[in-house]
Amino acid sequence: MANIMIRKGDKGYVFYMPKRDIEDSIVSMEFDTPEKWGGEIKLGNGGIYFIEPQAAPARLPYSVRAKRIDGVE
Amino acid sequence: MGLLNREEAEALIQEVLEVYPEKAKKDRAKHLMVNDKKLESAKKCITSNRKSVPGVMTQRGCAYAGAKGVVWGPFKDIIDISHGPIGCGQYSRGGRRNYYSGIAGVDSFCDLMFSSDFQEKDIVFGGDKKLAKLIDEVESLFPLSKAISVQSECPIGLIGDDIEAVSKKKAAEIGKTIVPVRCEGFRGVSQSLGHHISNDAIRDWVISNRDGKLDAGTPYDVAILGDYNIGGDAWASRILLEEMGLNVVAQWSGDGTIAEIENTPKAKLNLLHCYRSMNYIARHMEEKYGIPWLEYNFFGPTKIAESLREIASHFDDTIKEGAERVIAKYQPAMDAIIAKFKPRLQGKKVMLYVGGLRPRHTVGAYEDLGMEVVGAGYEFAHNDDYDRTIKELKDATLIYDDATGYELEEFVRQVKPDLVGSGIKEKYAFHKMGVPFRQMHSWDYSGPYHGYDGFAVFARDMDMTVNNPCWSMFKAPWQKPAEEPEAKAA
Repeated sequence: MANIMIRKGDKGYVFYMPKRDIEDSIVSMEFDTPEKWGGEIKLGNGGIYFIEPQAAPARLPYSVRAKRIDGVE
Repeated sequence: MGLLNREEAEALIQEVLEVYPEKAKKDRAKHLMVNDKKLESAKKCITSNRKSVPGVMTQRGCAYAGAKGVVWGPFKDIIDISHGPIGCGQYSRGGRRNYYSGIAGVDSFCDLMFSSDFQEKDIVFGGDKKLAKLIDEVESLFPLSKAISVQSECPIGLIGDDIEAVSKKKAAEIGKTIVPVRCEGFRGVSQSLGHHISNDAIRDWVISNRDGKLDAGTPYDVAILGDYNIGGDAWASRILLEEMGLNVVAQWSGDGTIAEIENTPKAKLNLLHCYRSMNYIARHMEEKYGIPWLEYNFFGPTKIAESLREIASHFDDTIKEGAERVIAKYQPAMDAIIAKFKPRLQGKKVMLYVGGLRPRHTVGAYEDLGMEVVGAGYEFAHNDDYDRTIKELKDATLIYDDATGYELEEFVRQVKPDLVGSGIKEKYAFHKMGVPFRQMHSWDYSGPYHGYDGFAVFARDMDMTVNNPCWSMFKAPWQKPAEEPEAKAA
């Protein structure tokens, strides 16, 4: 589990992990509605992380705990 | 020798790697690449921010250097206590020329060195009492200081002193902000983690001090982040922003103050020059206060004009007009500088090996002068820096991460650049090789290099280094081909 920050970029969401300084685009997010947001997220570099599905944050950027499922660290 | 093409560059890397033992070779190969502009991400081609291979001469610094030397040192009214043995503080004092306006030792403390001078007994019995005593002394000797930061050196982390507790207790006693910074040198692989730790310390101990008490400010408030005022850089940047109608509320950290840090949350846009050392706090402010941030580049007229327009695009028409006015005002002067120096510098090749932002930010300035960057590398960059760098550099440019002394020398020997820009540790090695050299960490005792005023200095300095007559005098007279002896005798 690690803290990540999700922000809005020019082309959709951008993933950032301060601990490892990984910044990448989010290619897909499992749930992206105001009521249910999060789930499995896939990154441009091939990494897959999991965010506990929750109500969409009122404002981005937003810090949240995420679990690494697969891919580069 | 002309510019390298891709095959030559790759062959050169292979040749340089040849001397390493198998394991080191495998590791170092990952840190060297040939630029390919088509790449979206540098990740697959270059590895960065990894521990240096033991036994090679790395040029990196430590977390303490990144925290005390880079981020905290230039704040002028904060006293930075180097907590630990005396050496770290003494050798990191005043080498970086972060200019400030103020009186040293009265209200400004960049030039002074404060250290707890750890002795054996402090290691054995702990140094917390000494730190408390030191803070009292500092407070009575320098009452005009506005804050104190405690920069821990390696032993503090090793013996487990509780500098946070001392800081809290003393801060309540003297009524000033005291920030413990856990920047022990052994943390991380380079100075980069020191930047991160300092940013986190500012986030945790300083930035929220005036939450709820700040006035709304003007719609044109901006903050300059990551400009350390080396040789007056931040001043040369600041006047451009003010001329276009913006209101600079804070400078981080060159010529900055603690009040400016506390006032930064009212900025409408954070302008980030050194991305590597200050992006952390910019991201934090974006999340907490909703302040967008923007990277800009104030090296060379092309990039300055681009950046001014990009900054202006975040504001209304008065600022956009202001930006155009500023660009138009300085353009004739810039054209004159380029007309003067470009013929002298046209086609010269540059190799850079610096830190932070310069290997990519100065590319535009060199290109304005007709020079070409044939190699660039960072001491402590991360992957996101290389992502940004590959876009700036030409195809087939050598890129080296955490290069060793041997690799640098070998690259320079083979590529034969007309100018090398790197740090003080490399400077004399290249001087001895007879290669023109500029110390690009603190501008070789010159500066500023940022902004329009800085470009004038930059162009002059590059010219006087590259075209200096001394480089033709490297051969002793008796090593030169013999002249006609009769002609001399007569």
